[in-house]
Amino acid sequence: MDFAFSDEQEMIREAAAAFLSETSTSDAIRRAMLSEPGYDRDLWRRIATELCWPAVHIDEHCGGMGLGYVELVALQEQMGRYLLCSPFFSTVCMAVNALLLAGNRQQQAQYLNGVVQGQTMTLAFGGTAAARRGGQWGPEIVELIAQPDGDGYRLTGTQHYVVDGASAETLIVAARLPNTAGEKGISIFLVPANTAGLTRETLATMDQTRRQARVHYDNVQVAAENLLGTAGEGWSALRTTLDLAAIALAAEQVGGAQQMLGMTVAYTLEREQFNRPIASFQAVKHRAADMMTRLEVARSGVYYAACIAQEALAAGPLAGELSEAASIAKSTASEAFLLNSADALQLHGGVGFTWEYDVHLYFKRAKAGEHLLGSPVWHRERLANLLLDHEQAATS
Amino acid sequence: MRLEFSEADERFRKEIAGWLENNLTGEFEQLKFRGGPGDEHMFPAERQAWEQKLAEGGWTCVGWPEVYGGRGCTIEQQVIFFEEYARAGAPGRVGHIGEGLAGPTIIAFGNDYHQQKYLPGILAGTELWCQGYSEPGAGSDLANVKTKARFDASAGKWLLNGQKVWTSLAHEADFCFVIARTDPDSVGHNGLGFFLVAMDQPGVDVRPIQQLTGTSEFNEVFFDDAQCDAQDIVGEPGQGWAVAMGLLGFERGVSTLGQQMQFQNELNDIVALAKENGAAEDPVIRQRIACAHADLKIMRYNAMRMLSGQDGSDGSLQKEALIYKLFWSNWHRDLGELAMDVMGPAHQVLAGKPYELTRLQSLFLFVRADTIYGGTNEIQRNIIAERGLGMPKEPRWPAK
Ligand SMILES: Cc1cc2nc3c(=O)[nH]c(=O)nc-3n(C[C@H](O)[C@H](O)[C@H](O)COP(=O)(O)OP(=O)(O)OC[C@H]3O[C@@H](n4cnc5c(N)ncnc54)[C@H](O)[C@@H]3O)c2cc1C
Repeated sequence: MDFAFSDEQEMIREAAAAFLSETSTSDAIRRAMLSEPGYDRDLWRRIATELCWPAVHIDEHCGGMGLGYVELVALQEQMGRYLLCSPFFSTVCMAVNALLLAGNRQQQAQYLNGVVQGQTMTLAFGGTAAARRGGQWGPEIVELIAQPDGDGYRLTGTQHYVVDGASAETLIVAARLPNTAGEKGISIFLVPANTAGLTRETLATMDQTRRQARVHYDNVQVAAENLLGTAGEGWSALRTTLDLAAIALAAEQVGGAQQMLGMTVAYTLEREQFNRPIASFQAVKHRAADMMTRLEVARSGVYYAACIAQEALAAGPLAGELSEAASIAKSTASEAFLLNSADALQLHGGVGFTWEYDVHLYFKRAKAGEHLLGSPVWHRERLANLLLDHEQAATS
Repeated sequence: MRLEFSEADERFRKEIAGWLENNLTGEFEQLKFRGGPGDEHMFPAERQAWEQKLAEGGWTCVGWPEVYGGRGCTIEQQVIFFEEYARAGAPGRVGHIGEGLAGPTIIAFGNDYHQQKYLPGILAGTELWCQGYSEPGAGSDLANVKTKARFDASAGKWLLNGQKVWTSLAHEADFCFVIARTDPDSVGHNGLGFFLVAMDQPGVDVRPIQQLTGTSEFNEVFFDDAQCDAQDIVGEPGQGWAVAMGLLGFERGVSTLGQQMQFQNELNDIVALAKENGAAEDPVIRQRIACAHADLKIMRYNAMRMLSGQDGSDGSLQKEALIYKLFWSNWHRDLGELAMDVMGPAHQVLAGKPYELTRLQSLFLFVRADTIYGGTNEIQRNIIAERGLGMPKEPRWPAK
């Protein structure tokens, strides 16, 4: 067992940090978040074609780099740290995983090759039930109906909170067969965004660095060849996809938590009150120490989960730990990022409350991410269920 | 980054598990799950016999380098060792201060004389140690120690005078490592020495202090011309601070690995109780149990991620590892509270009169020490901020 990055992974991380510190600057973030798609298309093209990040964990026979989830997590961490506005998360950390898990060779070849060249995708799955009881992320939130129609299907309904849903070129859509509930009946489809009957509206969101959309389906036709996996049996792949996405999101949150700590230490060393740097006040130091503790703890949880994610994709012996590892990583990292950004805001004083300083951008991204793919409370309840509601408790 | 243990590590796991299964039997059966926090005063003689049994099997000091008689285990193997040790319910280690603190310090900072004189007794489980750091006027401000060490040239001995306090297991110990002032006019970090002192001598007086648990694991220790040989100083006179700090690095790092691996047993007990008495249906308790479980898992990953760089070195922790003690001590403190809240009103009822605590009550009370010894939480935060983040040092007031 070993939790250090290899030299090669370290290089990937450093190269990403160097690139993003130049390109995802405060000005660039602000331009991107006000732009029509919510990200800078030129920058995304460079990321795809020059840096090949979307190819990171895609197999070589589909044009990818054939690296693993640890490398993906290393990239995500840096993208979170520099608050990059990009469709990487929706495309690579959500949709690509669904394709890897449920797609057949032909579907993979076609769509993954597209992703490698910079095409964007997302995963759409939640209906109104997603917002019930403060956020639900289990099978019950798949509400869109897929009505069998000849060889194919017709989709009808509305999906909410779809990440980059308005800009993605292809949607991977989870829907359910009529008269099914829970884990049964869930089916996954590939739906090009320009399909007739599909309309999308960008939601105005508090966090402007990652877009969410509402997607309406009005008798949207899906051909049989665009079904991923077996009709009605999509839950297992969807759940795994969501767990993998949660781990990638947690990595991004570790990066954000890191940046909040770094900015806070730098600011408090520079800012003076009472003739001394405010970093010399113990109340400030102790808050910073707690920020570092949260950060490093979350990082351990995320790196472990990254290794488990790799196992899950490769069907390794520890694949069964995926949900547990994802819930540990997501709950810990979400909280670390939110608390670190809140502490950063406090320790920046008045300037932390301004639009001009970047702290609020992180604070808002942290809050959004906390509720995306399951809040800490939701994930802990899932862990509690594993531990407490079965005869054989998952100890050790 | 990889998750699987190597084949050698897996063999190692089988070996220790097998050894424990064959040896934690007979007279040692009664020691299972005993001697943990709050229970450290129980079965001292039997547990020392067990220590020697471990030594016969070569299972003491597994993390020490082989040239010093250890097994040269990596952090992974130490984690495996302590996991299996805990899983088997093997008892709290009476020898841990020698094995985890004195030994590594003597290896890192001592010379051949110290190593030959002191390491064998620790390895064999025959000689127990205690830590003579804190004094009435020197707690968090350890550099304020007043105990004096004077070299008596005619006798060729160091003579120590002063008082230590909160000295855990001094009443069981054969030796004490003592920080004392070699330069009587010095203040602060300068002018200190790090001494190895035998406890069984007229100049040493040990008086137990009763703790909030009603029991007495710690003591006051008075030195009144207590002696040690000229060579029983580690490092040069006046240079003891560096040695003392190296030891604290061990104390805040790997030395508690064994204790942490016992945490799983404690959490398992609480989970079992919650299922049994229905607390497991309470949504808030469920959140807290899940949190404890998640953080305990992370603690194990933390150990592997952060402590790997530490073995064999001078005890200094890499930056990330500075958070280690704060994290586990808070976790353990919270676990104590969780235990009581899972019990509900029944948590008040003692195991017996006059003040016999149940295991979980003992846990609840004893974990309050974790955030104090080895550097309080506040001191840990100072260290993290100053050494980990480069923030300014605490100002010190002028001496009175
Ligand atoms: C169960 C137990 C076992 C122990 N075993 C041993 C042992 O074997 N050998 C040994 O030498 N010692 C031992 N100790 C002593 C322990 O190391 C000290 O208690 C500890 O270092 C704190 O010192 P103090 O008790 O004098 O508290 P103080 O230093 O007086 O601290 C009191 C409070 O003030 C806070 N404080 C102090 N300085 C600062 C600061 N600069 N900034 C912010 N807050 C501050 C502390 O955090 C604490 O909350 C043991 C203690 C306990 C509880």
